[in-house]
Amino acid sequence: MEKPPVLEVRHVTKRFPGVLANDDVSFSLNEGEIHVILGENGAGKTTLLNIIYGLYKPDQGEIFIDGQPIEIEGPHDAIRQGIGMVHQHFMLVEPFTVAENIILGEEITKGLSLDIQRAAVEIMKISEEYGLNVDPYAVVEDLPVGVRQRVEIVKALFRKARILILDEPTAVLTPQEANELFVIMRQLTKRGESIIFITHKLKEVMEVADRITVMRRGKVVGSTTPQQATINDLANMMVGREVILSVNKAQAEPKDIILEVRNLTVLGDQKNEVVKNVSFQLRGGEILGIAGVQGNGQTELVEVITGLREAQSGELLIKGEPVPFGNPRNLIEHGMAHIPEDRQKHGLVLPYSVADNLILCTYYKQPFAKGITRNDPAILANATIQIERFDVRTPSALVPVSNLSGGNQQKVIVAREFSRPVKVLIANQPTRGLDVGSIEYIHQQIVNMRDEGAAVLVVSAELDEIMSLADRIAVMYHGEIVSIQQADEVTREELGLLMAGSKKQPVPA
Amino acid sequence: MINRIKLSKILNLTTIAAAVALIIVIFSYSRDAMVTQAVLNSMIRQSTPLILGALCGLMCERSGIINIGIEGQMLLSAFTGFIISATTGNLVLAVISSILTGAVLGLLLAFMSINLKLDQIIGGTVINIFALGITGYFYSQTLVAKTKLSPIPLEPLTQIPLIGPVLFNNPPITYTAILLVFVIQYMLFYTKWGLRIRAVGEHPRAADTLGVNVNKTRYISTIVGGAIAGLAGGFLTLEAVGSFERAMTNGRGFVALAVMIFGKWTPLGAWGASLLFGLASAVQTQLQFGGRLLIPHQFIGMLPYVLTIIVLAGFVGRARPPAAEGKPYEKE
Repeated sequence: MEKPPVLEVRHVTKRFPGVLANDDVSFSLNEGEIHVILGENGAGKTTLLNIIYGLYKPDQGEIFIDGQPIEIEGPHDAIRQGIGMVHQHFMLVEPFTVAENIILGEEITKGLSLDIQRAAVEIMKISEEYGLNVDPYAVVEDLPVGVRQRVEIVKALFRKARILILDEPTAVLTPQEANELFVIMRQLTKRGESIIFITHKLKEVMEVADRITVMRRGKVVGSTTPQQATINDLANMMVGREVILSVNKAQAEPKDIILEVRNLTVLGDQKNEVVKNVSFQLRGGEILGIAGVQGNGQTELVEVITGLREAQSGELLIKGEPVPFGNPRNLIEHGMAHIPEDRQKHGLVLPYSVADNLILCTYYKQPFAKGITRNDPAILANATIQIERFDVRTPSALVPVSNLSGGNQQKVIVAREFSRPVKVLIANQPTRGLDVGSIEYIHQQIVNMRDEGAAVLVVSAELDEIMSLADRIAVMYHGEIVSIQQADEVTREELGLLMAGSKKQPVPA
Repeated sequence: MINRIKLSKILNLTTIAAAVALIIVIFSYSRDAMVTQAVLNSMIRQSTPLILGALCGLMCERSGIINIGIEGQMLLSAFTGFIISATTGNLVLAVISSILTGAVLGLLLAFMSINLKLDQIIGGTVINIFALGITGYFYSQTLVAKTKLSPIPLEPLTQIPLIGPVLFNNPPITYTAILLVFVIQYMLFYTKWGLRIRAVGEHPRAADTLGVNVNKTRYISTIVGGAIAGLAGGFLTLEAVGSFERAMTNGRGFVALAVMIFGKWTPLGAWGASLLFGLASAVQTQLQFGGRLLIPHQFIGMLPYVLTIIVLAGFVGRARPPAAEGKPYEKE
């Protein structure tokens, strides 16, 4: 007789006001397998996870563990049933030690006191058994991201989890760290753990999955295996139409130098040097990509270039002319466009309407300003044109931009920034959190901008994005640019090593 | 890393300060035993409401609820304690009613912060204004309490020179305050309840995903905190003064917040800070009544408050408050 699946979800439906987040979803996980759930943002993956983990109650449907129907009322029940979850945003208390984080909620005690020593022994045992290499006495805030993720895994194993749910675990890792994670995942399944792996990165799916379930708009649209499907098949299933995964672009034709950064040193919020003596030149008609794991100074570098932060020393030149730091409007008038890293915090005023967000850089100019008052007809007319041109899906130009989906919010920013004459485009994580369809669109717009002669700087933590967009690739590590090379002369592996800081190359002047 | 280096530096500073204080105390004891004794006794008395208030503040804040209503909690508890004492003459009942009043106000703060998701600064202010108004309205000078809590000497410990009479000849609420410092220190850092309270104050979602009930933990902490503030109120009317006056807390609830921050959100640290503030008050009183000073007494009266400003202005180094304090917890 065949063993029943470890976890089975049957006909689960979950409705939120106005959205059918999960529509008759069925899915099963066998013992010792890695089952990937693939889908775009908003496809209902997270809702399904939260139902399995007891954070939401399904409107309809049942969950079975080892063939037995169960009720999951909350995380506590899920943990008791042997379900462990590694959240996308780590659920770790930073000032606590690893041991404290792991035992929280399942404390090991001796009398009234916590028994940290016994906890540490147990953690070491788990850590060694699965090759996780975690120090129970380390304080979490001192640990790098990759280690924190392993702490999360130990946390689940400590609770005797047999089913591990990993929610987009590679989003924060370098390619090397991701590979290490995949090794650990294999190790875990060999010892009988079953893993649900959520992602929208197609390459990873092909690498680790035993089975794949694809979701779109709340429904399961298909199940397959890496042997049966190609990357393109998966992308098409995910989006529901043909997608072009690689960016269509011609050879770059670099022209004059437009933006130049000379010996820039920048202090971070903690008053430490986060950008160290960075120099580069950017020509019209080319895309320079800056790769690097987040938090290596990219954010601060972009902030200085776009006038949001002052530099400690160094120079910023546009067309050979030095420009003062910390003056965004001056830069805008020089023809700079900026797609900020955090669109909700720095790109948009969320409660403002789409129309108002579209004139945030130009509101003080004709025709949007009429003396000291706004010219509403002109603002609205502009909005109508831009919404049409950039295909922003919004009920009207007057709804708050906060009501739009992430992809459409990004389109509003692109519409605003690209509708001015652009000489320099600074795009920081331009497609973070967007679905494949929107990524395709934004990438095409950026390439078009280059072909029109703009100098483009793309900063991204996604190596694939850099590889497909950039003509030249720079790698930032610990505030320094450790390499600048032609995109066609460098391999993924090489970049991965540079991002991890294990290799330093002379930077060509 | 940086934080730890700073912390060790401050710890060193504290040890040096403590050593200097000890030398001064011994020196002055050898010169004038009576006055030194009086000043130190007064220090303990003055520090008691401060440490209780600070313990209330840190119970709340460690769980993520900012409590600036300590002043109001103390004031109303002082009032109810006094009323019960004056009408029944039963001091035990009076102390219990003070504690309950504080706990109820803690419940109110928790309800406003957790269920109504009201800004916690506003919630605390509501409590302060409410307490000031209601005690002012019902206060009548005709009420008189006949007794107050008196010292219980712990023989033979009182025979130890200097320390004996200072530490071991106190009324019950003062003993309780000192005991609470150690109990809460132990509870917060060595038990599972403390681990949960601190987790809820730092990263409530993490605690929630591990099955810790965030809002329940916050309710309990805030109510217990309120009860401790209630005890501080009881101290004022039932142990220190024996009667009630309008606005008699006189800013102690806010000084207690400074004490909590100075003590870096730890009970032991706060105790040290409260002794320092208590000493400042005691010295101030001594100087005023000693009459040997040429400076106008108003300036000396400012001493504890100037100290508060210095502490709050970050002169003692940046302390890190619990990360999630002031933010209501919402499930997705």
